[in-house]
Amino acid sequence: MLLIPCPFCGKREETEFHHGGEAHIERPKDPDALSDEAWAEYLFMRTNPKGVFLERWVHLAGCRRWFNMARNTATNEILGSYKIGEKPPKGAR
Amino acid sequence: MAQKNRLTEGGRIDRSKPVNFTFNGHPLQGYAGDTLASALLANGIRVVARSFKYHRPRGIMAAGVEEANALVQLETGDRTLANQQATRIELYEGLSATSINCWPGPNFDLMAINSWFHRLMPAGFYYKTFMWPVAGWKFYEHFIRRAAGLGISPREADPDQYDQMNVHCDVLIVGGGPAGLAAALAAGRSGARVILADEQAQLGGQLLNERCEINGKPALDWVTTAETELADYPDVTILRRTTTFGYYDHNFAGLLETRTAKLTDGGEHTRQRLWHVRAKRVVLATGALERPLIFSDNDRPGVMLANAARSYLTRYGVKVGSRVVVFTNNDDAYRTAIALFEGGVKIACIIDTRSAPDGELPTAALALGIELVDNSTVTGVTGGRGIKSIEVMSLNANADGVTGVPRMIDCDVVASSGGWNPVIHLHSHSGGKAKFDEARGLFIAGETLQASVCIGAANGEFQLDGCLKQGFQAGKKAASLAGLKKSSRRKLPVAETIDETPARILWALPTTKPIGERGKHFLDLQHDVTVADVQLAARDGYKTDEHTKRYTTLGMATDQGKTGNIPGMAVLAQALGVENPGDVGTTTFRPPYTPVTLGAFAGRNVGVLTDPVRMTPMHHWHELSGCTWEDVGQWKRPWYYPQTGETMQDAVNRECLAARNAVAILDASTLGKIDIQGPDAAEFLNRIYTNAWSKLAVGKCRYGLMLREDGMIFDDGVTTRIGENHFLMTTTTGNAATVLGWLEEWLQTEWPDLKVYCNSVTEAWATLSLCGPRARDLLTEFTDDIDLSAEAFPFMALREGTVGGIAARIFRISFTGESSFEVNVPASYGLALWTQLMNAGEKYGITPYGTETMHVLRAEKGYIIVGQETDGTVMPQDLGMDWILSKTKDFLGRRSFARNDSMRADRKQLVGLLPLDKQTVLEEGGQIVAENSTARPLPMIGHVTSSYFSANLERPFALALVTDGRSRMGEQVYIPMKDRNIPAEITSPVFFDPEGERLNG
Amino acid sequence: MVKSFLRQSPLAHLHLEARPLMAEALPAAGISISECAHTTQIAVRGQSSDPAFAQAVTTALGIALPTDACTASGAPERVHMLWMGPDEWLVVGPAKTDDRIGDKLEQALNKLHCAVVDVSESRTVVQICGANARSVLDKGCSIDLHPTVFSPGRVVNTVLARSHITLHQTAIDAKSGFPSYDIYVHRSFAEYLWSWLEDASREYGLQMNP
Ligand SMILES: [Zn+2]
Repeated sequence: MLLIPCPFCGKREETEFHHGGEAHIERPKDPDALSDEAWAEYLFMRTNPKGVFLERWVHLAGCRRWFNMARNTATNEILGSYKIGEKPPKGAR
Repeated sequence: MAQKNRLTEGGRIDRSKPVNFTFNGHPLQGYAGDTLASALLANGIRVVARSFKYHRPRGIMAAGVEEANALVQLETGDRTLANQQATRIELYEGLSATSINCWPGPNFDLMAINSWFHRLMPAGFYYKTFMWPVAGWKFYEHFIRRAAGLGISPREADPDQYDQMNVHCDVLIVGGGPAGLAAALAAGRSGARVILADEQAQLGGQLLNERCEINGKPALDWVTTAETELADYPDVTILRRTTTFGYYDHNFAGLLETRTAKLTDGGEHTRQRLWHVRAKRVVLATGALERPLIFSDNDRPGVMLANAARSYLTRYGVKVGSRVVVFTNNDDAYRTAIALFEGGVKIACIIDTRSAPDGELPTAALALGIELVDNSTVTGVTGGRGIKSIEVMSLNANADGVTGVPRMIDCDVVASSGGWNPVIHLHSHSGGKAKFDEARGLFIAGETLQASVCIGAANGEFQLDGCLKQGFQAGKKAASLAGLKKSSRRKLPVAETIDETPARILWALPTTKPIGERGKHFLDLQHDVTVADVQLAARDGYKTDEHTKRYTTLGMATDQGKTGNIPGMAVLAQALGVENPGDVGTTTFRPPYTPVTLGAFAGRNVGVLTDPVRMTPMHHWHELSGCTWEDVGQWKRPWYYPQTGETMQDAVNRECLAARNAVAILDASTLGKIDIQGPDAAEFLNRIYTNAWSKLAVGKCRYGLMLREDGMIFDDGVTTRIGENHFLMTTTTGNAATVLGWLEEWLQTEWPDLKVYCNSVTEAWATLSLCGPRARDLLTEFTDDIDLSAEAFPFMALREGTVGGIAARIFRISFTGESSFEVNVPASYGLALWTQLMNAGEKYGITPYGTETMHVLRAEKGYIIVGQETDGTVMPQDLGMDWILSKTKDFLGRRSFARNDSMRADRKQLVGLLPLDKQTVLEEGGQIVAENSTARPLPMIGHVTSSYFSANLERPFALALVTDGRSRMGEQVYIPMKDRNIPAEITSPVFFDPEGERLNG
Repeated sequence: MVKSFLRQSPLAHLHLEARPLMAEALPAAGISISECAHTTQIAVRGQSSDPAFAQAVTTALGIALPTDACTASGAPERVHMLWMGPDEWLVVGPAKTDDRIGDKLEQALNKLHCAVVDVSESRTVVQICGANARSVLDKGCSIDLHPTVFSPGRVVNTVLARSHITLHQTAIDAKSGFPSYDIYVHRSFAEYLWSWLEDASREYGLQMNP
């Protein structure tokens, strides 16, 4: 079970969090300008790397804040978590 | 003397405390401090079980956690436990155990016939024989399950309590042997928060089996001193009888503490406790397990591990036999020979696969006059239910065959040692790699992903002095890395170092014939997997340990191959022609290290505490009224309120009629309520909901629909503007938390520029929903500051004032199609107001109604329920709700309307269904077909989403999703059931008051 | 105004006030629990980075805004404030006070972008203290409550058993070293959590206080 560093509350057990999928997928500013393929890309397509993955979490049972985290999917090593709008930690891309 | 193999003195048992127990119904006696295994051996019991596949008689082969044979059914009735290792059961007064896997008893087993047909049951037997035809499995399964039974599960509920603890520490030390104790002392002296866990009732580990010294005194004196010192540190916790069964990411470990040795008394409060430990550093001092030598018929009762023979003598004062052969490839087994000899046990000889061993221990053994047969191996064992003699021959030059004249040696025990395997299971659980030490033929811990270290025998250090040094060093370092730098100047203990000469690593030992043709070389004693099976697997094309394991079931028994895996891997490597067994890989060890009771995982979450029951403020009124409950998420909601003699349908009919003809009341407190405020609140709703919110007047309500980005319906509800920048959103009961999460997700991650705050107020309000033509009359009696007339207080409006003297918000919103008043009061007044309304409403025929009636009434109106008419694949257009889709703004999900799949002409659409016989209530989920045919399968054109009998319509009706349904009005369709097709007509989904006149009434 | 006895706390039906009379051997009890019903609880949202906001809160309540994560300000027996998140606080006033905390806050903050929501009805408070209070919480809560890490004035939103809670350590007895905690639980979960606490406390001896 992961020990997740909430950028606000500190390290807490994984059971307090909810996983929110891949991070840094921005909602298109003008959806109508997108082709069906491009819209489908935004809706459905996600990378699934073996290695460092930037992902979203929400501290559901704690401060209710969303944040991003860099985690190695092969080892579960956590390179760091960072607030929405901040840059990923060094070493994660 | 009853305990014929018990020595008159020696051992760490208490001869003044006899303990009575029964085994297979026979009354026996042991002593306090015994395990079931040591007591059985003391009583001269040799055969304790039958093997899994061949039902061969088996005896005790170990003294601890690695025991593969001696599995028993412990106790009977509700506390019975299957497959318990006799070597790990502390003997207690009145204990009752029986053998498993044999009927009628271990000495005469009818299933042993399997062993005569063993050629029919090679590796992969189950796969090869029963894979095809598929239907054959049904026939074979019954037979196999009967024959292969491993113990009996209890039929009754577990009477015992279990609980769990979540703890944190600086240093978790697993294993209370010399290395672990030393580590605990060092870490404790640094002031660290330490947990020391050991699976046994006594600390000491291997020291309990030995007669060695520390600081020139008996080693157990040092153990006692260490325990005393540790007990003085307030932040050191010692957990005895506690197995660390799993080690997971980020230094999280699962520990199972057995809190009473006596299974039948259940413990004062909890029989077992599961510890969740989050440690800053972990020190694995898990010791090593001896591995057997793999020779022909090495499963006979009387073949055991050399260290086990030593343990029974030293720790339990039990002679494992009267003439013992020690068979070894290393020096350590000579300790057994010496200990047994000095304990008065006749040593027939020592057989060593090495030539002329000349280490300190062999020299000492020879000095005692013990015969040594070197460069030799055991080639055969006689005696099915107990060894009578063995055959010994010399190894040839390559050690792949034997030469010379066979010699028969009379004996009743073969104590064998193939060296020691460090216990790296926990290291492996947590993602650590293993590396093969070729010189010593063993796997040791390689790289770890955790903040952990293996020390002592678990790290391949088999010298006591080395274990102590590693322990102190590791404990100090772990504490320091956890931030505790306090150092201690105390003198470290010392022990004598005995030089040991290298072992000779031979895996499967030869006989006069090729392997498999003379006796069986067992690798996995519990699953009856032999060397020949693994060799067959290699011939069948299995190239890795992971695949071979599954094909042969090697290491997949309850002991998880603690003794058999490493030799099995080596045999596979040899069969594949791979030089280094490390190259075929080690199996990844997985939790649990030893089996864990399901009760311990459940802990306190049983009975009424299985899952929280969420209660509304009026819950106990409903309960006293005798309602039946519907589970909606964790909430309990009244389903219907049956009166004496009423069926469910009677009750629902009565409630439905009351709602349409008099007044009825519903507890709607479970609906989600979210307070949304800020200058951008209306803009936020515009983006979240499909319709427009900017122009909604203060004090007005509006229905809204939320979509996911793929255009599918996600939730619905009514939202009210209670101020210019202030809204109150309601959600469905089941989605309350999800919707709040959805709002926060968009606000925080995508639109942080919007000035909006969302707060859940679901629990703050009790919601009492009154509906029906007399609702207004009743409510008028309770308020003098709100004009309830239809003109002053129209449909979809909010008024604030008092109801029954309580500050209240009243919403004129309706889910039933009737004139309704949804009264919200502070939750703690809910019960009082409900009770008063019930009393005052009696004259109007007030009737409480539950969720079933609510469902019927809303379906009569064609109102959808998210999750019933929708299933994550339904768009608003499918439900005929185009009217709620704004054309002038963007909102979540809108772009997806233009996707190909959304534009398909054959999407399912919401329709009504009327069963033609006017009697049959269709089954929800029933499939709909166009053709009245008995042929199967038929093309399905839709399914029933909601179906009820309506007292108001005096007939059954249903809602359904049907392909292109809106163009099928009036068509006849069929709902095929097992015995017939039910005909129904497709209609509009609105069955009652289509103009909505009652809503405004 | 409606009669106050009609106001029912989430645990009122358990008649906890009658329970101490039934308990025996109270001096040995390692756990003492009670419901502290009808406290005033106001959710406050705002930007702590805005000095005007923090100042306005202090002016209205006379206590500082706790801006450090997982801390509280003010004395637990009077109006105090719990950190709930980086832009969220819970103002708590003892039961039976009528000092209109919510109104004061709304007035003080009405020019700022913030939210003040009265959630007094949403949760009740279960108070737990005694020699074994920490052990009982450890049975269902993964937060490290060791005194070197968690001390009076610490607040966490977390999970206890299967219920979300807010846990506030209010005090530590100077003599015995025994801690006291306030557990905030949503009212619909209150009976579940109470039952769980009773069950988990049994081995230590349990005293219920009115
Ligand atoms: Zn947090």
